[in-house]
Amino acid sequence: MKLNRRRFLKYAAASSAVATAGALFPGVSFGNWQNLTNNSGIISWQKAPCRFCGTGCGVLVGVSDGRAVAVKGDPNCSVNKGLCCMKGYHSVQMLYGKDRITTAKVRKNGEMVEVPIKEALDLVAEKLQETKDKHGKDSVAIYGSGQWTIPDGYVASKLFKGCLGTNNVEANARLCMASAVTGFMTSFGIDEPMGCYEDMDHANVFITWGNNMAEMHPVLFSRMLANRKRRTNVTVIDFATRSTRTSQAADKSILFRPQTDLAVANAICYEIIKNDWVNWNFVNEHVSFHKGKTNIGYGTEDHFAFKDKAESINFEEYKLFLEDYTPEKVEKISGVSARDIKYMAALYGDPSLKVTSFWCMGMNQHTRGTWINNLVYNIHLLVGKISTPGNSPFSLTGQPSACGTVREVGTLTHKLPHGVVMKEHHREMAAEIWDVPVSNIDPKPTYHTVEMFRALDRGDIKFIWIQVTNPMVTMPNLRRYRDGALKDGRFVVVSDVYPTPTTDVADVILPAALWVEQEGMFGNSERRTQHFAEIVKPPGEAMSDTWQIIEVAKRLGFEKQFPWTQDDYIGKIWEEYRKFHAGPKHEMASYKVLKERSGVQWPFVNGKETRWRFNPKYDPACTNGKEFDFYGKKDNRAWIWARPYEPAAESPDSEYNFWLNTGRVIEHWHTGSMTRRIPVLHNAVPSSYVELNPEDAAELGVVNGEMVKIISRRGEVTMPAQIKGRGVPPRGMVFVPFFDESYLINEVTLDAFCPISKQADYKKCAVRLEKA
Amino acid sequence: MPIFSYLAMPKSGAKEVLCADLAALSNCEVIPSDNQEVVVLVTDTPDETTEDKLQKSLNNLQSLQSLSLAFGYDDQEKQ
Ligand code: SF4
Repeated sequence: MKLNRRRFLKYAAASSAVATAGALFPGVSFGNWQNLTNNSGIISWQKAPCRFCGTGCGVLVGVSDGRAVAVKGDPNCSVNKGLCCMKGYHSVQMLYGKDRITTAKVRKNGEMVEVPIKEALDLVAEKLQETKDKHGKDSVAIYGSGQWTIPDGYVASKLFKGCLGTNNVEANARLCMASAVTGFMTSFGIDEPMGCYEDMDHANVFITWGNNMAEMHPVLFSRMLANRKRRTNVTVIDFATRSTRTSQAADKSILFRPQTDLAVANAICYEIIKNDWVNWNFVNEHVSFHKGKTNIGYGTEDHFAFKDKAESINFEEYKLFLEDYTPEKVEKISGVSARDIKYMAALYGDPSLKVTSFWCMGMNQHTRGTWINNLVYNIHLLVGKISTPGNSPFSLTGQPSACGTVREVGTLTHKLPHGVVMKEHHREMAAEIWDVPVSNIDPKPTYHTVEMFRALDRGDIKFIWIQVTNPMVTMPNLRRYRDGALKDGRFVVVSDVYPTPTTDVADVILPAALWVEQEGMFGNSERRTQHFAEIVKPPGEAMSDTWQIIEVAKRLGFEKQFPWTQDDYIGKIWEEYRKFHAGPKHEMASYKVLKERSGVQWPFVNGKETRWRFNPKYDPACTNGKEFDFYGKKDNRAWIWARPYEPAAESPDSEYNFWLNTGRVIEHWHTGSMTRRIPVLHNAVPSSYVELNPEDAAELGVVNGEMVKIISRRGEVTMPAQIKGRGVPPRGMVFVPFFDESYLINEVTLDAFCPISKQADYKKCAVRLEKA
Repeated sequence: MPIFSYLAMPKSGAKEVLCADLAALSNCEVIPSDNQEVVVLVTDTPDETTEDKLQKSLNNLQSLQSLSLAFGYDDQEKQ
């Protein structure tokens, strides 16, 4: 037995290295390696989506003696075709960290004390009810995550919006995907990408807009590079604010000054029109032109409110608007040479080339996030390069179910599983499916994420339940929100798997089941819903987040709305939820189909997945009889928006003379609460650092590893310097990965956000540096 | 009783020498790529002392340009 296990582990080790090689060297082959086709007699393999990024790789989890011991890429999953990145490969080890939370704890006389989970759930229900009775329904809130499973988010929304009557439901995807959503809604009237990963097998040009895919979406990146190797006519352009592994692998790296992507995108459109590269047939049939408000603010003050107003304009007015964005003028703002702007415009404009644009946090975490999403769509719409294989403006997601749980289930203050709380017929639909009076659902949204934590600080919210996320590391301008959470009269419940700075502020900690310790579904970046079974048992009293919410709902008297048993709740919840999306625009696969396949793309109509939306060759929702049908908008057209360049909320000045940019590294997932407990990943990057340009480092007199103090108007952090590491910022910028709770970089960042999407900008604020 | 796997990159043109060097070491299994300049190395050592010795030998290999860890397993970590 022992020998078999060891043999198996060596196999897992080899397969991991082979996969890593596959990601680094497209097409690499190891002919001599005997891939164990089945198993060594001690293993069963079961499918699941990877727990980490929004790519949604299908994996097979190997189980031996009731313990998950290995992972391999699922060759049946079209996303990754058997590949995995290092996070995916090592993911099972996150289940078994030594300090896993396995029992509930409650704060008694200032100390956290272990209690049976039943007692903790009783207390949560009692406090929730008491707070609501005393301070009103909007004094209680739930804050979840794009790592919530779809059933987690669904029952949270049903309990809080449908039963308790508050729209205080938000998720951390507000901080990672909200601008993508408002971008889709304003340009197309319907959320989520029109294309799919198969676009990569058709495109000739890939432009990554502020998107370090090599580290953030490594499996997709290797698929892109594999295409470049296989086909002769593929070019990859990295358009970014700092040099990364993506820039190194690209055919061309173009750097722009932070925030000026807005100006460059407009300049590309200017060039397309000037050179008459416009696809007039497409534009005349399928596009309309609009403008919105300008000078829209940054949301740094409490109770900030903004509502955009669309006005129709004609093509000539749009063309006039672009006069401010000649390549020569934009070169001065952006630092991108007019030549490079013209080069990118020519790629988009060449009718013989298929172009896919990829973006993720660089465009979304942006105080004009909605606008920059609109502007990249403008480029694709002017040349008609959209909704056909290889022609794809493609917004990637960061989290495994930001799309599935947050965008589709609608776990945001203004959303419902179908539509928005502001619309009566959407409320009626929800009330009917949820079996609650329609008057329960409040037509007014309450707090988006930043404002929700401001409300907690102010005391407008007094009870908050946080699940599957770590806001006490990730909130921008963090100190205010941590101090707020610790104020008297706040009651904080945290469901998590490991101790974090967020469990540190909790009054109740609930032990949560992690990934394949529960049944659930995720939804990835390309509209793919992925089911996973409970493959191993959760440890101790750990319980799925879904079931924790159901337990509390039952205690609050909502047995009728939550009638399920632990044996069958996931299937029942899915079938109830699916009713919200009935119809060809968003039909979801049945529970039975999801269980059988390694992911199914919606709309799933008559047993067929939809790969390209708005194109009648693929999309059954198209009914206008034309080549494309942009059915999301009432005018049946996609909208081009005149959106200007406006500066960032805070830019370097004489006192704070550097840009601070924050982000991730390939080894770690978000705040590192899971990946830092995986020895291989932890050892690879054991602590965070600040990346400096070598010339700035020399001027400051620091060498690799020396400590640098980063100071902003909000806080400071001292951390080791990294010079000429995997990323190199331009002069005047520093970059810090946020995975390490020992260096809380978000005490330095600014809580400014896009006024339309309310998504915070983690990529731009002003700091100064000192040698520590 | 650690098990590790690595991607080993040979110095230019030295893949075959590297494979021979690695195969000569105890506790090592070598899987060369047949079309690229990269080698997968799997190590399985019975104890820390042997592991340390092996690490030293790896560091001294002339044919090796770089070694990056792909997988690590250590019994002690998991208990
Ligand atoms: S690319 Fe993302 S989904 Fe795929 S294995 Fe890596 S972390 Fe998981």
